[in-house]
Amino acid sequence: MQLNREELIKAYQGMCRIREFEDAVHEEFASGALPGFVHLYAGEEASAMGICLNLDDQDTIASTHRGHGHCIAKGCDSKGMMKELFGKKDGICGGKGGSMHIADLTKGMLGANGIVGGGPPLTCGAALTFKTKKTGNVAVCFLGDGASNQGTTAESINMASILKLPAIFVVEDNGYAEATSSDYSVGGNIVDRGKAYGLHAEKVDGTDFFAVHQAAKEAVERAKNNEGPTLLHVKLSRVYGHYEGDAITYRLDEETKDIKENKDPIKIFKRKVTESGLLEESQLEEIEKNIKKEIEEAVSESKEAKYPVESDLLTDVYVKY
Amino acid sequence: MSKKTFRESINEAIKQEMRRDENVIVLGEDVAGGAGTKGDQDAWGGPMAVTKGLAPEFGRERVIDTPITESAIIGTAAGAALTGLRPIADLMFVDFMGVCFDQIFNQAGKFRYMFGGKAVTPLTIRTMYGGGLRAASQHSQCLYPIFTHIPGLKVVIPSNPYDAKGLFVQAVRDDDPVVFFEHKMMYDDEGEVPDELYTIPFGEANFTREGKDVALISMGRTVNLCNQVADEIKKDNISCSVLDLRTLSPLDEDSILEAVEETGRVVIVDESSPRCNVATDISALISDKAFSSLKAPVKMITPPHTPVPFSPALEDLYLPSADNIKKTISNILN
Repeated sequence: MQLNREELIKAYQGMCRIREFEDAVHEEFASGALPGFVHLYAGEEASAMGICLNLDDQDTIASTHRGHGHCIAKGCDSKGMMKELFGKKDGICGGKGGSMHIADLTKGMLGANGIVGGGPPLTCGAALTFKTKKTGNVAVCFLGDGASNQGTTAESINMASILKLPAIFVVEDNGYAEATSSDYSVGGNIVDRGKAYGLHAEKVDGTDFFAVHQAAKEAVERAKNNEGPTLLHVKLSRVYGHYEGDAITYRLDEETKDIKENKDPIKIFKRKVTESGLLEESQLEEIEKNIKKEIEEAVSESKEAKYPVESDLLTDVYVKY
Repeated sequence: MSKKTFRESINEAIKQEMRRDENVIVLGEDVAGGAGTKGDQDAWGGPMAVTKGLAPEFGRERVIDTPITESAIIGTAAGAALTGLRPIADLMFVDFMGVCFDQIFNQAGKFRYMFGGKAVTPLTIRTMYGGGLRAASQHSQCLYPIFTHIPGLKVVIPSNPYDAKGLFVQAVRDDDPVVFFEHKMMYDDEGEVPDELYTIPFGEANFTREGKDVALISMGRTVNLCNQVADEIKKDNISCSVLDLRTLSPLDEDSILEAVEETGRVVIVDESSPRCNVATDISALISDKAFSSLKAPVKMITPPHTPVPFSPALEDLYLPSADNIKKTISNILN
């Protein structure tokens, strides 16, 4: 473990912030306070934080429909995000995007994405910008096991490979594409697919923040050293269903129990850092308390915030028309 | 000012913009041609040689031959536009949009709105459209109405080399995503084109003929058919105005309404398939906003509702013709 205390604290804060945010959204959605539909990232926190702690604001990520965790990990404001989910004018996208389109370009967050497989081509674009302008940055694409079967993903990893783009494709395999098992839907395996296109590809334990962080660190170094793109197959689990309201009848109760008890990346992180004496239990509890307060405020402020008005309907379609 | 073909006009626009702005790049299938071969490194310049000469001048870092992978081409261009480049992506034939439409209309076209006005996507997509080359059903469609339907996209369709250069330069400099339609039968058309850079603003239609009896409204290649008809029927003492829309999104509604008010009779000529096309859209606009100016029903000349046929005998029947336009004019005048 080469991370210093400050980095470890940042990692824990980020993972807690994602979990609190998603748990709050879970509750608010169930109560009927939230419009639309949402896909929660709880259980996958080590992936977003393990990757994004290796990036700065000039590096980009493209995300998925299950994007809240990526947004938070990349530095998007949790209160602005919550307001966005409530459809409020002060939301991070003015209430025009919602859960699946949260973006903050100043943080290098190129958008959650409502289209499965929508992000990989865009990632090639960001990476091409970095390569053309010689900025030394890296473009990361989060995608799911479902998106790994999309043609856009195959096209994009090929494009990244032949143009030697500074890109990293992070396939977050939570075991299910909607209600269909990835064991069923993925022919062959995801790592081999990456290798077949000439990428460095490896499988990573997505419940272990440190494993993800290390793999991402090496991938970023490869990209910055002009050694081409990487594919990481991150195996993890989602706590909740595909979307809120999903009864998850395709998953047995004992599997959900196992996920909560044995595959929770936050518990695993906490155990590792306290047992090895890197951080104190009391420190972590203090973080949990502060994050809880932050998210509670995010929810209450979002409820009180104003909706956009009629004049907002027609703006922001074009720069000039 | 010198005579240039439609092809040369766009080629010059791209070159001059690439010299002016190093953020302008070109990517697509065989935009140079020859990548990875031992042969000519500027083998094609696109299938119609429109981008010929770019790779030798600007290098392969800025003129990128891609695999045949339309989603990745358009998506790469969209992502690059979102992060600071000003890409010109080549979608070769517009018929191929079927394999990459998501990246155009769900991604590039919606970034700005979805992200609350914080994104700019200065992307130009060049594409070929239209019949006449005996290229059959999958290489001859117009499809511009589909792009016009999408809020967030701009749709440009020049009818002559002068407009092609000015509108293309505007497309490259524009901060919104633009789909630029080039009719595949027009590349050898000639016209006077200034050597220097200039822009033609979007949303400003152009009266290529002035007249008082009938207004012919059209776009792209069929504007030339309308011009030809207007010139030919002068001898019969019929005076036609011709309005070249130039851009379909934004649409110059004022000029359309002006054309209706001045003539009271309108014929819209549109090479795209007849259902939900530009002709029906303009007809609806006229019925909504200029009904009382009409002296005759609005007429639409379009192909029939069939795929584009291959046989020259059938394709000639399929496409709008001067005879068709003349007969229609004659009908609404009597």
